[in-house]
Amino acid sequence: MLAACGLSSLEDLYKHVPENALIREPLRIPPGMSEYEITAYFREKAAKMAHGYASFLGAGVYAHYRPVLCDVIVQRGEFLTSYTPYQAEYAQGTLQSIFEFQTMICQLTGMEVANASMYDGSTAVAEAAMMAYRITGRSRFLAASNLHPEYRQVLDTAAHNARMHVAGFPFDPETGRADLSALEQALDDDTACVILQSPNFFGIIEDVKAAAELAHSRGALLVAAFTEAVSLGLLEPPREADIAVGELQSFAISPSYGGPFAGVIATREKFIRQIPGRLAGETKDQDGNRAFCLTLSTREQHIRREKATSNICTNQALVALMATVFMSVYGKQGLRELALQNLAKAHYLAEGLDLRFSGRFFNECVVRPRRRSVEDALQVLLEKKILGGVALKRFYPELGDCLLVCATEMNRRADIDTLKEVLA
Amino acid sequence: MPKTLGKVRPHPTQNEALLFELSSPGKRGYQLPPLDVPETDPEAALGAGNVRREIEDFPELSEVEVLRHFTRLSTWNYAIDLGMFPLGSCTMKYNPRINEAVARTEALAWAHPYQPEELSQGAMEIIATLEQYLAEIFGMSDVTLQPAAGAHGEYTGIMLIRAYLAAQGNPRKVVLVPDSAHGTNPATAVMAGYEVRTLASNEHGMMDPAAVAAAVNEDVAALMVTNPNTVGVFEEHIEQIAEILHAKGAQVYMDGANLNALVGVARPGDFGIDVLHANLHKTFSTPHGGGGPGAGAVGVKPHLAPFLPVPRLKREEGMLRWDYERPQSIGRVRAFYGNFGVLIRALAYILAHGGAGLRQATLDALLNANYVRARLEPHYQIAYDARCMHECVFSDARQEKKGVRTGDIAKRLLDYGFHPYTVSFPLIVHGAMMIEPTETEPKAELDAFCDALIAIAKEVEENPELVKSAPHSTRVSRVDEVSAARKPRVRWTRG
Repeated sequence: MLAACGLSSLEDLYKHVPENALIREPLRIPPGMSEYEITAYFREKAAKMAHGYASFLGAGVYAHYRPVLCDVIVQRGEFLTSYTPYQAEYAQGTLQSIFEFQTMICQLTGMEVANASMYDGSTAVAEAAMMAYRITGRSRFLAASNLHPEYRQVLDTAAHNARMHVAGFPFDPETGRADLSALEQALDDDTACVILQSPNFFGIIEDVKAAAELAHSRGALLVAAFTEAVSLGLLEPPREADIAVGELQSFAISPSYGGPFAGVIATREKFIRQIPGRLAGETKDQDGNRAFCLTLSTREQHIRREKATSNICTNQALVALMATVFMSVYGKQGLRELALQNLAKAHYLAEGLDLRFSGRFFNECVVRPRRRSVEDALQVLLEKKILGGVALKRFYPELGDCLLVCATEMNRRADIDTLKEVLA
Repeated sequence: MPKTLGKVRPHPTQNEALLFELSSPGKRGYQLPPLDVPETDPEAALGAGNVRREIEDFPELSEVEVLRHFTRLSTWNYAIDLGMFPLGSCTMKYNPRINEAVARTEALAWAHPYQPEELSQGAMEIIATLEQYLAEIFGMSDVTLQPAAGAHGEYTGIMLIRAYLAAQGNPRKVVLVPDSAHGTNPATAVMAGYEVRTLASNEHGMMDPAAVAAAVNEDVAALMVTNPNTVGVFEEHIEQIAEILHAKGAQVYMDGANLNALVGVARPGDFGIDVLHANLHKTFSTPHGGGGPGAGAVGVKPHLAPFLPVPRLKREEGMLRWDYERPQSIGRVRAFYGNFGVLIRALAYILAHGGAGLRQATLDALLNANYVRARLEPHYQIAYDARCMHECVFSDARQEKKGVRTGDIAKRLLDYGFHPYTVSFPLIVHGAMMIEPTETEPKAELDAFCDALIAIAKEVEENPELVKSAPHSTRVSRVDEVSAARKPRVRWTRG
């Protein structure tokens, strides 16, 4: 092969690279390993992780059962090792599955168009804010203070760099719901959008409709966010919102120490040209057969460059496919039944405990341990091989005596009873 | 047409409707265990107005129907597992399955990001080790693994530059981007609050130091450079260009999309780069998955390290901890710690190769690209004479005379059983055909690919209509993208 290239050694391949730029000594990375050694390496790392614990951790990442089919499908090489479907004739499988994904996200959220996925829920919130800026021409964002705190931080970073402004509005200390009279006060004619999460970070259902009416009365958009997608099996979707964003991790996506997940963004038909990222659309081939292709790419960076709606290119396609399979397996009945099980487990858990807030909740709630400090309660639970919840102090100093506790279909009654004993 | 064309022979694929068309009421493919706690009445618990009646038109299918549905769809795709995928600047290399296996190690896959740090040391060690190895490969002092993809890494990198310059009193206004750059570069600069000024490439497809010097002033925050650039050429004046930027107080950002040409051969940190991102789903072989997930590792020199996203790992009394107390940090760019599952796969790839193996892979990638170039040069017009690195770019100039364009040749390649090269990019090449074979293609596959392109060149001479109306043997014939955009239909609706 070297001879065919007119070269005599492998080193000739880079002899045009300036001497100064070349590496001076070998990379300080150990010699290569065999498959067996690599497996052992990661097993050794896994041994330094929580193993065999019952978990009541939620706060944006939820433990749900993953139907076997989800992994079977995403491990098919034709999905796993294909590229972004720019060559439509060779990627109809990926394209049709994206079209189905987009449709199901619309059905779930009550929106009219959804894109092919965002990186995750947190970045989807920031993208929704930028979209609201493009639609309204306004550059102030109002975020409920019970929006996931890490989502808020991502929004702050994005807004700061784009020289825009984020303001918070408080939650009602009694109910845990967003304080809508404070929202009314905070709204002004510079506000591009109101960002409200439901169920919110405390697991409590918000009045999206009332917040949307307030936002609209001042010409602002309502961005409805969610972190627990299973809730949409049972809860009214945010039909009054202008943009819905959220995280699909609950749909068969492993917690995986925080990623990869899949974010969604969905909106009204009239805003379709302002949506970021990829869209699959239906069309025909030259013979009149139904076919799919990526469409409206004039919004995107590879065509529009500095005038694009976003810089996003690679998204979370395979993870979105996993969620698509999950939605297909559970279907209309299953998602509802799954949501009902979550509701029942969480309400069984909450019964008799000291709940910090009075608002209605789905599968997470804020609990004040009665006889112990948060730290002691978590320690006692750890000794019983239970991850007892997320201490809220790190995010809300005023809730320093509180735990955010989540129950899903994965939590057995016996473990819930143990948790209740410690927190009672 | 003969049944066999090059390496392929067509075979039947199954038709398959949309999930919604297959659905029938009452079918179910799920199983849930019996509820072991009392039922909760949803209307009482949530409020009647908050409970939805149903998810309208959501599909209802049996398990076997779901499995067949997605299996049938999968057969409509092309993939690395089926053959060479020579998309330039996309680095479609073999994805070793050991990486998939280890990412599914139970205690890693089920780790919650908020479980106690004492019970997360394994995951934190994986992140720390990958940061260390990537810093070594980049020639940088620090690496963040928080960004979720390449463009997200670019965005992080430019925000780091903004924060660094702002800390010195002036974030400046302009980012310079060569005309050969990926579209993500200018889009990123705008998202990070900068104006974009485009730099023209010279006749060798490279940046010209004089042109850079003329463009740099006190308003310029940074230059975004891809090296090797998108025509597959090493920017030979990169050090001099970096000096020009630095002399004016500006920074040099490197888009590492083409890092597969450099690993173990040259380090961006050694040739003047201040900050770069690398796509772990390209160079480090985590699967593209039909468009993600990826991961965009960002490496920096020490002067930019204080600004990296929070949290950062630190070692304290023999334990790894997440450090949130970083007053100069740009903040978070993503919730939690990044696409951890992708990071596991990338580390597995590095462990499998080792330092020497990574360098060998780079040399093999360069050799494969040079071999393809040598075989195709008699038949297609090479875009630039400069020696190529890991990819080679041709123009359709010779075929255009017969009315055949790069997009037509690409579609005809489908009939020969190959995914096409990158079409019409970079924009500075007329009718670009950008080919990146990667190191994992055996010579037989490279030859089959070159034979196909050579056969197509002949077809263009003898029967251009055959090429212009391609593809002929795929499941669907040429897809009408224009109508799709004119009347966008992006979801199924009943009726």
